[in-house]
Amino acid sequence: MSNTTVIRVCMGPGGIAAGGKEVLDTFEKCLSEKNIEASVRENCSSHQVGCMGLCARDVLVEVHANGAKTTYQYIKPDMVERIVTEHISGGRPVAEWLVDDAFSAFYKKQVKVVLSDVGKVDPEDIDAYIAAGGYESAREALTSWTPRDIIDEIKSSGLRGRGGAGFPTGLKWELGRASAGDTKYIICNADEGDPGAFMDRAVIEGNPHSVAEGMIIGAYAIGASKGYVYIRAEYPLAVERLKLALHQAADRGFLGTGIFGTAMDFDIEIKLGAGAFVCGEETALIASIEGQRGMPRPKPPFPVNRGLWQRPTVINNVETLANIPYIIRNGCSWYASYGTERSKGTKVFALTGKIRNPGLIEVPMGITLREIIYEIGGGIENDKSLKAVQTGGPSGGCIPASMLDLNVDYDSLARAGSIVGSGGMIVLDEDDCMVNMAKYFVHFTQTESCGKCVPCRVGTKRLLEILTRITRGEGKTGDIELLERLSAGVKAASLCGLGQTAPNPVLSNIRYFRDEFVAHVRDKKCPAKVCREMLTYRILEKFCKGCGACLRACPGGAITGAKKKPHVIDPGKCIRCGACFDVCRFKSVEKE
Amino acid sequence: MEKTLKEIVDGYRKKGGNIITLLQGTQDAFGYIPREAVAFFSEELNIAPSRFYGVATFYAQFRLKPIGRHKITACCGTACHVKGSDKIISGLKRELQLSGENDTTGDGEFTLEEVACLGTCSFAPVVLVNGSVRGKTSSDAVVKEIRALRKKENE
Ligand SMILES: Cc1cc2nc3c(=O)[nH]c(=O)nc-3n(C[C@H](O)[C@H](O)[C@H](O)COP(=O)(O)O)c2cc1C
Ligand code: SF4
Ligand code: SF4
Ligand code: FES
Ligand code: FES
Repeated sequence: MSNTTVIRVCMGPGGIAAGGKEVLDTFEKCLSEKNIEASVRENCSSHQVGCMGLCARDVLVEVHANGAKTTYQYIKPDMVERIVTEHISGGRPVAEWLVDDAFSAFYKKQVKVVLSDVGKVDPEDIDAYIAAGGYESAREALTSWTPRDIIDEIKSSGLRGRGGAGFPTGLKWELGRASAGDTKYIICNADEGDPGAFMDRAVIEGNPHSVAEGMIIGAYAIGASKGYVYIRAEYPLAVERLKLALHQAADRGFLGTGIFGTAMDFDIEIKLGAGAFVCGEETALIASIEGQRGMPRPKPPFPVNRGLWQRPTVINNVETLANIPYIIRNGCSWYASYGTERSKGTKVFALTGKIRNPGLIEVPMGITLREIIYEIGGGIENDKSLKAVQTGGPSGGCIPASMLDLNVDYDSLARAGSIVGSGGMIVLDEDDCMVNMAKYFVHFTQTESCGKCVPCRVGTKRLLEILTRITRGEGKTGDIELLERLSAGVKAASLCGLGQTAPNPVLSNIRYFRDEFVAHVRDKKCPAKVCREMLTYRILEKFCKGCGACLRACPGGAITGAKKKPHVIDPGKCIRCGACFDVCRFKSVEKE
Repeated sequence: MEKTLKEIVDGYRKKGGNIITLLQGTQDAFGYIPREAVAFFSEELNIAPSRFYGVATFYAQFRLKPIGRHKITACCGTACHVKGSDKIISGLKRELQLSGENDTTGDGEFTLEEVACLGTCSFAPVVLVNGSVRGKTSSDAVVKEIRALRKKENE
């Protein structure tokens, strides 16, 4: 192996956005051109891989040569030629394009289980996954374990569902196994509705076979003969790679009839979601697969007893399932050695927002927020100060900067008024307004409410109205208390998880940032200077050079002034778009 | 249109699809769900039009109006929101003179779509112009592109 040169180009969401395909093509072109003399051709391969984690530095390229691994960052097609000539043919890495210390710090505290092969194996090649030990767990489970053994193993691993609710996976499978019926289903929930997260997408795009293998093992454990992956249509590449993976697995006899040479039949079908957040909820998801409007129904009966087409159905999240092959391979005690007493293993997060190193991370449960933000994430962007971290998306809440030493696990986050959720982690700095954030999430849940029950349908609408008026400087005394009362009502009386958790961002932001709400309501001021309607823009005469940049940028025609003379804003015409503030190079536009 | 619709219905019958897959096939073919399509399916399959519209209006994916020639997709996911996607969207709406629920320009040239997280939060704020990614962008930059596209059309 050591004399084989392998080039790995990031083709995760970030890699593709930064031009990964062009980089990959250029590598292939460049290599085949130069191969005429050297016989590197057979030894040298450039693979496409999934997200390597530090998406902000894409396109990331790894070169494995002579037993050493070199990683390049910010690679563009026109840089490829030099890497090929100097490094691959010449053996001298191009020093100035290599990753720096922040890059290794990003990985140091991470523990990769679900992501261990993401960014390493070519997601479009089943042999790459097999070479990395893939499908061995399924083969072993199906040929030498009983379903009971598997359920016990997963129970002892302590794995809890990664879709948000944290329900113990082993127990769910046990219930599925025990449920009476000769036709059962297993569904992989790949709807990934949290509007600021992409963990599941990265797993499917980066290693679709791990999800398929997890489903095979799950199906054997509960006795299902058919599986579905419910995946958002907005993820075309993930769908394509998953399709290919399922074809390849069927070709090898891992799916279909008599899989792995046993008597078990199992098939997986892909169902495309059609863009409704509520369809991530189990009963709504089932309705959607059946072709109906995706509306939740009351539980019980639970899907494990009466699910898809009234049959026993186990629904698991993508990340939950992708953990399974690794747990079977390495054993439950290995998995349980990571994490805390009640939250075992690792969790994948999409670390985004005002952070220096945004990207996809996998960390052991129980790690502190401080470690995530300052060691892995490299601290706050532009040397601003941290204000809060939002977790759990529209169902979650925020953790203020003062609680940075909080452990990230199910119980600690719940005590702090938030949730682990599916894995969105958004870092907010001093320039973010917590009232605006609450409004943002309520706007989302209000739009996505299916409308079946009144507390959610009307309650979220009222919440949004109140928040909107507060951000417009029209808040009334008592509005904050009204928000709290209304939130409690919506939480208590809604039918499904969407409504039950929709007020969480509001409550948690009020809990930790009440002063900011008060400033909006009482003083009609937005301390973070975000809420447009409360701002006034002014040009500071003593700094203004009269360059006219703001005048040209102003869409409202609100700015006047002669060349080289201080300009002025007519407050009556100003629509507070902020364009002048953004374009002024002399910092002479002030907002207040 | 008739021929395409017939094929979609045949596929539905053969593969045992459902209303969602039928509508997805229709949207793939036409870019939206034309009124005529619903009338046709309703007739062929003996299912009330309201059932189709019930599903079509429930899911964000389905459009009942034709899509513009150029599609601008603005991400309004959380990461993009904190990086100022609001400003981008209001800037684009001003440029395209869109207001209210209207997402397509009167001349049918541009459609402005708002979607949640495109998975490239590290480059927030993100906008897609006809499917290709513009990261760390601004309303100015996108407006420039829109004007360039317009100019090209007029030539
Ligand atoms: C409104 C709503 C949206 C949800 N969205 C998702 C989702 O996008 N992906 C997901 O895996 N689970 C989602 N869930 C949770 C699922 O209902 C379910 O608990 C989960 O898929 C079970 O898998 P797990 O036990 O492996 O976590 C959502 C729940 C609710 C109430
Ligand atoms: S809580 Fe909201 S989303 Fe859930 S069923 Fe009720 S109306 Fe629908
Ligand atoms: S904020 Fe916008 S409208 Fe107001 S003066 Fe500045 S550029 Fe003009
Ligand atoms: S997509 Fe390239 S590192 Fe995440
Ligand atoms: S929030 Fe916009 S790309 Fe993720």
